[in-house]
Amino acid sequence: MILVEDVSFEYPSGRGEALSGVSVKFEPGEFVAVMGENGAGKTTLAKHLNGLLRPSSGRVLVDEEDTRRTSVARLARKVGLVFQNPDHLLFSETVRAEVAFALHNLGYAGKTIENQVEKTLGSLDLTRYADVSPFLLSGGERKRVALAAVLAWEPEYLILDEPTIGQDYLQKERLRNFIVQLNSQGKAVIIITHDVEFVAEAKPRVVLLSKGRVVGEGPADRVLSDADKVASASLVKPQIAKLFDQLSRFGFPRDVVDVHRAKQLLEDRLREVSVHV
Amino acid sequence: MSRTFVTLRSLEGFKFYGRKTIVHNLDPRAKALFITTVFVVSLLFTNLYVLLGLLTVHVPFLLAAGVLRRWVYSIRAGALLAGIIFFANLLTGSGVLPALALTVRFLVLLTTFSLFFMTTSPDDLGLALDRVGLVRWLSRRWLGFPNALSFTFTTAVRLVPTLAVDAQTVIDAQRSRGLELDKGNVLRRIRNYVPILIPLLLVAIRRSLELAEALEARGFPGREDRTSLYELRFKASDYLLVLGSSTVLAVSMWIFVIHPVLRLPF
Amino acid sequence: MDPSKTPNRILEARNLGFQYEGAEARALRGVNFCVERGEFVLLAGPSGCGKTTLCRCLNGLIPHFYPGVQEGEILVDGSNVTSMPTSEVSRKVGYVFQNPENQLFALTVEKDVAFGPENLGLPRSEIRERVDWAMRITGTTELKNLAPYELSGGQQQRVALAGILAMKPSVVVMDEPTSFLDPVTAEEVMKAVADLRLEHGITVIVVEHRLDLVCRYADRIIVMDSGKVVADGSVQDVLDGQFDQLTGLGVGVPRVSQLWAMLKRDGLVSGQTPKVVEAAAEKLGGKLST
Repeated sequence: MILVEDVSFEYPSGRGEALSGVSVKFEPGEFVAVMGENGAGKTTLAKHLNGLLRPSSGRVLVDEEDTRRTSVARLARKVGLVFQNPDHLLFSETVRAEVAFALHNLGYAGKTIENQVEKTLGSLDLTRYADVSPFLLSGGERKRVALAAVLAWEPEYLILDEPTIGQDYLQKERLRNFIVQLNSQGKAVIIITHDVEFVAEAKPRVVLLSKGRVVGEGPADRVLSDADKVASASLVKPQIAKLFDQLSRFGFPRDVVDVHRAKQLLEDRLREVSVHV
Repeated sequence: MSRTFVTLRSLEGFKFYGRKTIVHNLDPRAKALFITTVFVVSLLFTNLYVLLGLLTVHVPFLLAAGVLRRWVYSIRAGALLAGIIFFANLLTGSGVLPALALTVRFLVLLTTFSLFFMTTSPDDLGLALDRVGLVRWLSRRWLGFPNALSFTFTTAVRLVPTLAVDAQTVIDAQRSRGLELDKGNVLRRIRNYVPILIPLLLVAIRRSLELAEALEARGFPGREDRTSLYELRFKASDYLLVLGSSTVLAVSMWIFVIHPVLRLPF
Repeated sequence: MDPSKTPNRILEARNLGFQYEGAEARALRGVNFCVERGEFVLLAGPSGCGKTTLCRCLNGLIPHFYPGVQEGEILVDGSNVTSMPTSEVSRKVGYVFQNPENQLFALTVEKDVAFGPENLGLPRSEIRERVDWAMRITGTTELKNLAPYELSGGQQQRVALAGILAMKPSVVVMDEPTSFLDPVTAEEVMKAVADLRLEHGITVIVVEHRLDLVCRYADRIIVMDSGKVVADGSVQDVLDGQFDQLTGLGVGVPRVSQLWAMLKRDGLVSGQTPKVVEAAAEKLGGKLST
């Protein structure tokens, strides 16, 4: 479990996102979305989870190891952080070498490295690019290579920073399925995002940040249908939630955010209505 | 960690700070003449008093511009080098006074450049460069357009903070993959910078390409007779500075040629 | 009367095709469409369908910045721009890019907005006028002396828009301008664009994956797939008539439209597919009240 206890943080230059008294937990195998406006502190929080940043006060425990006393390299074994822009990561001659990089750093043996690389390439459908230079691939493919580079050592906690930007609907669906797969393997997935519709459909646990503080936490449907919480984090309600707000006079539950549940509720009610007519 | 901190602090002695002071408002060309004068005079004379005088001349400017504290940072940064200059000269046989004079000369040069960069916005520098005939000619020959060179300069300055953030992001990303930058022997440490430099270079190139696209979309480079919203104009204070500097320059050169006695260190 | 000289037809693509240098397949094939003055067009389609390529053709980045083989022609306000240099086309067609940070080059906002007009060689007084106007209508006047890196993403996008508007182009093309923005800012920017279009008659073409953001304001939608135009019509017509095709392509239709389509498939509702929440609420409210 990753435990964030009353963490406060400020950049020495004074600029950039700060954190103020943040307390939050991440359990193994769960799916969490950290949401909030640009500058709320989401990325700062993510960087605290693998030791890139250390809190000025409070502490972060990763499986009981205090991040202030542990090196990033050691924490990285458990916590994989995939940055938003894959180009900040890629430097190798081949995709294979790129995926193997972290495994070398973390001290794995040669044969293990080979196996892990093949396995990871396979799981992300990159095997055919194994010996291609990552720079020759398209934007979407490079994003997958960056993901593969972090998945290579199968960290227990995977943090994805804004994975849905610029993706079309099918790509987002694939991402959703991939996350489900990772969860079923016991891996926790934490996404940093402001894509409300994606979260409404995938329904993770949601942690809302605003101006460095946690302003809301709970299941997606509860949090995203709460107007105050949503507004304080500079988000908007998912369309379905807005729809049900306007249909509130019909006595529907107030926490409907996804299409499928909406359809179910409306279907039942519409059938009732047509029966009475 | 603390080592990088010191280096960054000393860079602050050269970074531009936007303020509305007389010094900041001086035309960069006038200021350029001033620092050239200081430069030439400090090289012409090895007289300790002359050099100390040159150093003191900067103080009112530093005060007026409100950058005294930051100037101290740049002096602190140069302290090591200054010390080396002093002892190197002492050990190679010059007396204490001459060695001291040479050290002060170094500090004078440091101060004058520091003052210039702290009080001249890169914008104004760009505008000034745009007007300089030589720069326009070179720009036309090398890059095809007269304003290209000065634009390159301002864009480079504009990109510095952005690329600094990129550099930090690359370092963070690679450390998150287990890269340890502070371990191993010298060779290993140098090799460890490859995963930092390559992505940084590529990110910088990609940014530049995107910027280039955006530039084209705004009609850059435009016509030969491209106009500008702001232009540099000489004010009374600029004329004063130019007059003062050229006088000092002329007088110094005359003294240098006619009265060699002042060449002596004391 | 020659249709291309119709005063209202501001943009026209005729049989446009393009293949990037070194690419194996064409990125655009046989694209035909026209845009009327003052229209708000939404350009949608799955990743890689050619939306960005099309935009680049519209403002001259293709073929000058991106070499390749181009076929067909593009007419802006009646004149053929296909062979004009980018700097000339950009006077007629403005382009706002996806990444807000990489399209601001000056050291202050004001100088950045002035950049375009400066390149046009306009007299200083006119530059001043245009800069003040563009900043006013995009709500960026208070940002005038800030540096690009000091601005938030939304502010950067609005400044970029101001810079383009200051050149007074006939058409403004925006390529996924809200990708990097949070939802509230994204809606603000879209609304600002829609207002500008209504008040000043600017023609707008927006490329967007998230239809729900733009559906409210767009008159028309053009959908592309693999370099071809597969749908072109009013947003309402396309949502009604080609809904399944859209979802099959992976276009992110508004959730309320999706909900309606699901209910319609089961025979529970009928009629036009709502494209915004209010319309959906009205229709469903009506059905539930009977």
